[in-house]
Amino acid sequence: MSVFVLRRFLTLVATLLGASVIIFLVLDALPGNAAETLMGADASPDAIRALTVKLGLDQPLLTRYVHWIGGMLVGDLGNSYAYGTPVAGLIAERLALTIPLAILSMAITVVLALAAGIYTAANHNRLGDVGVMSLTQIGIALPNFWFAILLILLFAVKLQWLSAGGFAGWDDGIWPGVKSLLLPAVSLAVVQAAILARVTRSAVLEVLREDFVRTARAKGLSRREVLWQHVLRNAMIPVMTVMGLQFANLLAGTIVIENVFYLPGLGRLIFQSIANRDLIVVRNCVMLLAGMVVVVNFVVDVLYAYIDPRIKVHDL
Amino acid sequence: MGDVNDMPLIAVEGLGISLNTSRGRAQAVREVSFTLRRGETLGLVGESGCGKSITALALMGLLPDSAVVSGSIRLDGGELVGLTDPDYCRLRGNRISMIFQEPMTALNPMHTIGRQVAEPLRRHKKLPAAQARGQAIALLDRVGLPDASRRVDAYPHQFSGGQRQRVTIAMALACQPDVLIADEPTTALDVTIQRQILDLIADLVEERGMAMILISHDLGVIAENVRRMMVMYGGTVVESGTTEQVFSRIGHPYTQGLFRARPRLGAKKGTRLTTIAGTVPELADLPDGCTFADRCPLVIERCHAALPAAFDVGGDHRVRCIRTDVSMARAVAEIGA
Amino acid sequence: MSSAPTITLAPAAARRANGFWRRALRHRSFVLGGALCLLVLFAALLSLVWTPWSAYDLDVAAKLRPPSASHWLGTDVLGRDIVSLLLVGARATILVGIIAVGIGLTFGVGLGLIAAARRGWTEELIMRMSDFTFAFPAVLSAIMLAAVVGPGMVTSITAIGIFQIPVFVRVTRGSAGAIWAREFVLAARASGKGRFRITIEHVLPNIMSVLIVQATIQFALAILAEAALSYLGLGTQPPTPSWGRMLNDAQSLLFQSPMLAVYPGMAIAIAVLGLNLLGDGLRDLLDPRLSRER
Repeated sequence: MSVFVLRRFLTLVATLLGASVIIFLVLDALPGNAAETLMGADASPDAIRALTVKLGLDQPLLTRYVHWIGGMLVGDLGNSYAYGTPVAGLIAERLALTIPLAILSMAITVVLALAAGIYTAANHNRLGDVGVMSLTQIGIALPNFWFAILLILLFAVKLQWLSAGGFAGWDDGIWPGVKSLLLPAVSLAVVQAAILARVTRSAVLEVLREDFVRTARAKGLSRREVLWQHVLRNAMIPVMTVMGLQFANLLAGTIVIENVFYLPGLGRLIFQSIANRDLIVVRNCVMLLAGMVVVVNFVVDVLYAYIDPRIKVHDL
Repeated sequence: MGDVNDMPLIAVEGLGISLNTSRGRAQAVREVSFTLRRGETLGLVGESGCGKSITALALMGLLPDSAVVSGSIRLDGGELVGLTDPDYCRLRGNRISMIFQEPMTALNPMHTIGRQVAEPLRRHKKLPAAQARGQAIALLDRVGLPDASRRVDAYPHQFSGGQRQRVTIAMALACQPDVLIADEPTTALDVTIQRQILDLIADLVEERGMAMILISHDLGVIAENVRRMMVMYGGTVVESGTTEQVFSRIGHPYTQGLFRARPRLGAKKGTRLTTIAGTVPELADLPDGCTFADRCPLVIERCHAALPAAFDVGGDHRVRCIRTDVSMARAVAEIGA
Repeated sequence: MSSAPTITLAPAAARRANGFWRRALRHRSFVLGGALCLLVLFAALLSLVWTPWSAYDLDVAAKLRPPSASHWLGTDVLGRDIVSLLLVGARATILVGIIAVGIGLTFGVGLGLIAAARRGWTEELIMRMSDFTFAFPAVLSAIMLAAVVGPGMVTSITAIGIFQIPVFVRVTRGSAGAIWAREFVLAARASGKGRFRITIEHVLPNIMSVLIVQATIQFALAILAEAALSYLGLGTQPPTPSWGRMLNDAQSLLFQSPMLAVYPGMAIAIAVLGLNLLGDGLRDLLDPRLSRER
């Protein structure tokens, strides 16, 4: 088991390194001299030269890359070109919003999807199944930012229960912060949940067709006991795969949703930095997002091995 | 207790099962009647699609929801047709058990075999975990699984097909059921293992005084393992009696076809295998009359009119054919030697 | 006499094709999905020759009008006719979808076929690289590209297209791999046929239905991605109308003209729903083995 985890961990590290190379190449090697763009075309060559040295941009690419990776390991991501403040601090600030948003949204997604998926599978081909499936069919066709706008229309404009945007922060306690994250989390969750519900349903139906389910029934287990004790664990494997894959979409979604609700999270930071040509911030943010996706997939893989006894033996 | 011993353990009367197939409603089983006493062994033989497995599933109450069951199935006098699922759950694995054809997929890959064998004990006998585990080990040992006390915590994928079938037998017998239904238990196993498993089942059945229904398409298996047998075709029982009677008299034209179709050791080189002309009818297309009429060498006009009644040809040996006398004469002439 | 065989072949093939259409037209998902897709396609094509008003004419005096006889769905903040904007917006949607999926198909299927045919470390390499791309969803790639080359339709097409590739690589490799293991392919190899010819003659025709179904799914995803990117301002740039950007414009006016936010979103949802239903229908019709319990 631990050999398996070790192997996956090494793959994780390799993937992260690979991702960092690509990100670095795209954002640092291609664009040319960042100092030039920052100062504008009519700045004097001396001023540009001074800024180039100050930002360390005169060093060879490899040096800059190594410097960056080394810095990441100790938590020093350099300083923002636009503000001069440490990038790490900027990012940490924004993460205080993006991470809770992602977690809240994932939680809502999982609860909705598993409930809907299991319910429809247990009531296969009956009215409940058809009804919920039609809903999910519509759900996967909705752009999540449009759904967000509709939610704003309903809850902020018409009902005036929640605000149309902005983040209340955590300083006044948990509830105001969560309240401002509710609509964003729900709009992210509904579309993801529709997809996951369909996957759950077909995974459960697939498992229900297996022979060992018939054996369990022949032993006298009721339909409900069979569902909870035999089927779910087996069905979780494909469901977890999809959940892991969805995480990347979730992060992409938070970027968009943060814009819809004017939330000062990682997504907005990226946007502002693009506008400011603050490429070092963009580079680190993108690396962070890619890193999160890779780590989550690693966790999913390890969970597989924990759940499915067949993997321990076969994967060596 | 005299009364209880006289009453058959299982009494099936006029069983009819209709199913939803891709081509509409189909009558999978018609007019099936038989009894099973305590300790008796009954064989059910026929080709694929003849309705033998469906009959077994009906006894277990495991038919699909869309199935419509008519007639009566009684277990110790209690009617099973129309029983609610929760009530049926109390019987399955407890008083009546079933083992299936495919041992490789019959066990849940995510649970240890110990847990799966202990499951009926915990559910029906309400045993606490430790005790159930102890009994599970004893059962696994009894079915011939080597090193049971250690392997009880192993997972199904760590066992061979034959071993997995032993595990399913242990599971089925855990609560000491009165009836065991074995649906082609050895068909998917290697020939060398088949013998072992069948012997194991026979031993256990005798040891515990259980009644057994053994389903097979293999006449050899039937011959060696059951005292009474039924031949099924197109959803009906075409011949029934003691194994000895059926094997010696071979009354029904279909049964004759089955016997003729067996490859024989010692036959001359180049002898072609005999087959029964025609193909098995689809359930949705079953004719009104005798189901075998289209393929029967002895068919006459009247055969297509209605399903024949079962004629008693002596000693509770029944043949469902209106030309039984002709058929049995032929049998004596052809196969009697 | 050599013409006779071709005459008898054609009717059989035509019969098969007719059979397909007969079944297809009775399949609910296919018909409904197909109708919605045709609607969007029609809107885009129609916009090439006629729109009620020009989608580019500004008429600030007529801004934010409610629906009326002259402006069927009203006007936006710059006085542009909503219906015309929607019709022309369909063009961007379809264009980006087609090109992006085209990129995905071309490179993805190509790489997937190579991976399935060559096995060994070529396959490993291709699969690792494509797995790797999964970490970069379209929005993320578009952001990176926009940071470097600036926003625009080309940026969004490239970003979405690149993300399509690994999906097709995976699907192709999976299906093609299964075909390679089949007996008739083993027979072909035993008789000396080269891998390239086997791929073209045997493997490709057999995975067509899987690819077609996947393409409709990917098209739907591409539309959603394009809408998101346009909404963020990274995609189609003004003055070219795009549904995603219409939503962005409408957001600041939610209190005054809420309906402006509804129409473009509905258009997107209709297009995506249509493609999803079409894909489901195709999956059932082309290869019943593909369709799981629904």
